[in-house]
Amino acid sequence: MSGAATTTLDRAARIRAVLAGVPDPEIPAVSVIDLGIVRDIDAGGTSVVVTPTYTGCPATAVIERSIRQALDAAGMGEVRLVRRLDPPWTTDWITQAGRDKLLAYGIAPPPASSRLRDEAPACPRCGSTATQEVSRFGSTPCKALWRCLDCAEPFDRFKCH
Amino acid sequence: MTDPHDALFRYALRLGDDSLVLGQMLGEWCGHAPTLEVDLALANLALDLIGQATHLLDYAGEVEGAGRDGDALAFHRDVLDFANCLLVEQPNGDFARTIMRQFLFSLWRKGLLEALCESTDATLAGVAKKAIKETRYHLRFAAEWVVRLGDGTDESHARAADALDWCWRFVDELFEADVVTEALVAEGIAPDPAALRAAFDKELDRVLAEATLERPAARRGVVGGRSGRHSEHLGHILSEMQFLPRAYPGAAW
Repeated sequence: MSGAATTTLDRAARIRAVLAGVPDPEIPAVSVIDLGIVRDIDAGGTSVVVTPTYTGCPATAVIERSIRQALDAAGMGEVRLVRRLDPPWTTDWITQAGRDKLLAYGIAPPPASSRLRDEAPACPRCGSTATQEVSRFGSTPCKALWRCLDCAEPFDRFKCH
Repeated sequence: MTDPHDALFRYALRLGDDSLVLGQMLGEWCGHAPTLEVDLALANLALDLIGQATHLLDYAGEVEGAGRDGDALAFHRDVLDFANCLLVEQPNGDFARTIMRQFLFSLWRKGLLEALCESTDATLAGVAKKAIKETRYHLRFAAEWVVRLGDGTDESHARAADALDWCWRFVDELFEADVVTEALVAEGIAPDPAALRAAFDKELDRVLAEATLERPAARRGVVGGRSGRHSEHLGHILSEMQFLPRAYPGAAW
């Protein structure tokens, strides 16, 4: 019996490993696990709960399709994909690894906690905190446009949400 | 006495239609806004609203139980069956009118969504908790522009005042109660629309004062959108929005 239990545990862990390789279609530097939108993988590995980032984000449908394809390609068989709205996604759920990857990709990550939402982000290129918002709306719903007052480079900031 | 189940269907439809129609109107600015940043902002707002509409209309279809999903409700109903408020179907006009329409809508909607977060209906509460974050953002954007236009040049001030004057007649409808809301208030599903007015007025006056604009004198509001009596504009909006799925039934990406 213990052998069977190990197998089901493995299954959930294997699903998590597969999802860690599924990139966000808009920001391929981070995976759906990094973004914190995979809210639950049940112990038996029979269902995956995903919470969308923004209600109008066109990537939501693409993400679900990518997850489905990756699970199929890994031979995981029957896995139910559940979309859950509540509690709503927050940037607080982005993992530390995800934040590091965003920064390396040139996007200023959101603050570690949404309580720090008013703090100016550090420039992802030179690290200066003398930065200024150019536009609260950017190239995707999750990003705002900022610029660095020291190195003068514009950059994307992942919005605190 | 209205059947609570039917009331819930009609209420979800109202919320969804408000989002859908305003999202469609804002989409018309794409490629035409005064600056690139504003263009992006308005398109982002439109996207959020259409996303909210998808959730709300899908839910309306689920409650109705007649096999219609959000797309069927969006694309295969005619003007008389739409339940959006009249404010959202008003033409974009100049930039000031678009901004004022957005400001009044987002300010009302923020109060409504905050109340709906406490709804006894789990789906409405879930959508509200998600949408409230986006709506606060929309409100901040619109309120900043109201101040910038109102407290700007003589020209921008005059246009902002004109926009407020134009939009004002459609505000009362937002707070109108009827058999649908009454049935849902009793169930704890929706707030009493009139109860949202005091907070709306307070914040409105604060922003208008900063924008050096005056609240227009009270006048008889224009109503009817909730029961399908719309202005001439909605038909034109729908004809463009619904053309493709009607001309090519079953078309998919």
